[in-house]
Amino acid sequence: MNREPIIRIENVYKSFGHVKAVAGVSLEVYPGEVVVIIGPSGGGKSTLLRCINKLETIDRGRIIVDGHSIGETKQINKVRAEIGMVFQLFNLFPHLTALENIVLAQRRVRHRKHKRAEEIAHQQLAKVGIAEKWNSYPSQLSGGQQQRVAIARALAMDPKIMLFDEPTSALDPEMIKGVLDVMLDLAREGMTMVVVSHEMGFVRAAADRVALLDEGALVEVTTPERLFDSPEQERTKQFLSQILH
Amino acid sequence: MTTEARKVPQGRVFPVPIPWERVPWWAVILAIVGVTIGWSVLTSEAYLRVIRFVTVGVRLTLHVTVVSYIIALVLGLIFGLMRVSDNPVLYAVSTLYVEVIRGIPLLVIILYVGYVITPRIRDATGGQINLQGVPAAVLAMAICYGAFEAEVYRGGIESIEAGQMEAARSLGMSYIQAMRYVILPQAIRRILPPLGNDFISLLKDSALISVIALPDLLQMGRLYVSRTYRAFEGYNTVALLYLVMTLCLSLVVRLVERKAAIE
Ligand SMILES: Nc1ncnc2c1ncn2[C@@H]1O[C@H](COP(=O)(O)OP(=O)(O)OP(=O)(O)O)[C@@H](O)[C@H]1O
Ligand SMILES: [Mg+2]
Repeated sequence: MNREPIIRIENVYKSFGHVKAVAGVSLEVYPGEVVVIIGPSGGGKSTLLRCINKLETIDRGRIIVDGHSIGETKQINKVRAEIGMVFQLFNLFPHLTALENIVLAQRRVRHRKHKRAEEIAHQQLAKVGIAEKWNSYPSQLSGGQQQRVAIARALAMDPKIMLFDEPTSALDPEMIKGVLDVMLDLAREGMTMVVVSHEMGFVRAAADRVALLDEGALVEVTTPERLFDSPEQERTKQFLSQILH
Repeated sequence: MTTEARKVPQGRVFPVPIPWERVPWWAVILAIVGVTIGWSVLTSEAYLRVIRFVTVGVRLTLHVTVVSYIIALVLGLIFGLMRVSDNPVLYAVSTLYVEVIRGIPLLVIILYVGYVITPRIRDATGGQINLQGVPAAVLAMAICYGAFEAEVYRGGIESIEAGQMEAARSLGMSYIQAMRYVILPQAIRRILPPLGNDFISLLKDSALISVIALPDLLQMGRLYVSRTYRAFEGYNTVALLYLVMTLCLSLVVRLVERKAAIE
């Protein structure tokens, strides 16, 4: 790709006390690209993802998103509005209906008129396949439906980038496919996505590149084909054999 | 609410509009006993005389209670937010306030505000600002309960999972927006019971303001007794009137809580 990267992670370090969660990671993500991060538990995947939209502040290095240095920008709220994030545990607002969950930030951050925000919310709910659930509270929805509302909530902001942190790992098996299908559609539409996931089906179908993160460092960044057929690093083979049995 | 939640449970022989098991029976019994006592009181000239005498006190007690509670809620919100703030200055100021006030008996605070602070304010402003009397009582109660409520708010805010703030911030909301639209609406629902209990406690604690010679219910009762030497009727009436007020309040509090729980 000859375009400028939309996310540029340069030699980033992040520790929690003595724990080095991210230690010297550099990675570039280009517009329209889908990068999947895999790796063992505690490897720093969530931390790296959360550094991108400054839910964690980094100790060293630099992260540039869409031309803004995340560490230095005075407009972090504006930058965050361009970066949708989907969490493992959905984090829907339980006191608001599905529709209200999606309307809130459109109104307060994008300053859209209420009617317009509701229209967009209905469109996004239809897109993720749960148009009829607009008036339900999160507690009245299944995990899969909640996660789809969470995706719709992020998409309604018209983000340039979507971050997913294990979006299906808290779901019952029969719910996973529905959520992955929504993500696949999004990938096909050309959304730039950074996804932490061990769903190898999704990796094969959607990933442009896969990055293995272990002990805070990138072990290998490669394509899905080469990951499954001819991984370069011993550590990668080891990890794959663990998750693929 | 969705239609699902509103649906009447299926399979009942009679659609029962009032869930009988949820009637607060203790309150019903109390009301019956109360009406009986109330009737005998209201038909007795000895008691009627006391009631007529202390009515102005009831008014003052209610006035001080309601006004200081409202101010305490506002103070509590402000200092509670400061207590959970990352800003070290705000945190230090609010912690100081909470710890100092909670470490001093309310009675002492009332005396201090009534006889130390407000006279100085009056003298310092050449009599321009005179908060002696009822304003001093309201101020003292509000300062004290503001510290209690600050802790209640803080507890409520901290009980909301961190993921809520993160989700709100990740959508681009500012900290203040996230607090206002996401965290506080949930926190306040959770803290309604302790807030309601404190309303009732405040009503009872307001009896302490009689110490700065304000004619509240207790003070009027004492005055009546000292004039007539009828301690029995006098204090019976005072106790009964406090009880009636706290019971009414607790009914209101329960209604509000139930309404919030349904929403
Ligand atoms: N807020 C925090 N405070 C202290 N330590 C943390 C915090 N967040 C993460 N860590 C530590 O940093 C390391 C990396 O954690 P991280 O959550 O990024 O891993 P992960 O790859 O996402 O793991 P998992 O697959 O289990 O989600 C772990 O050792 C973790 O205990
Ligand atoms: Mg994680």
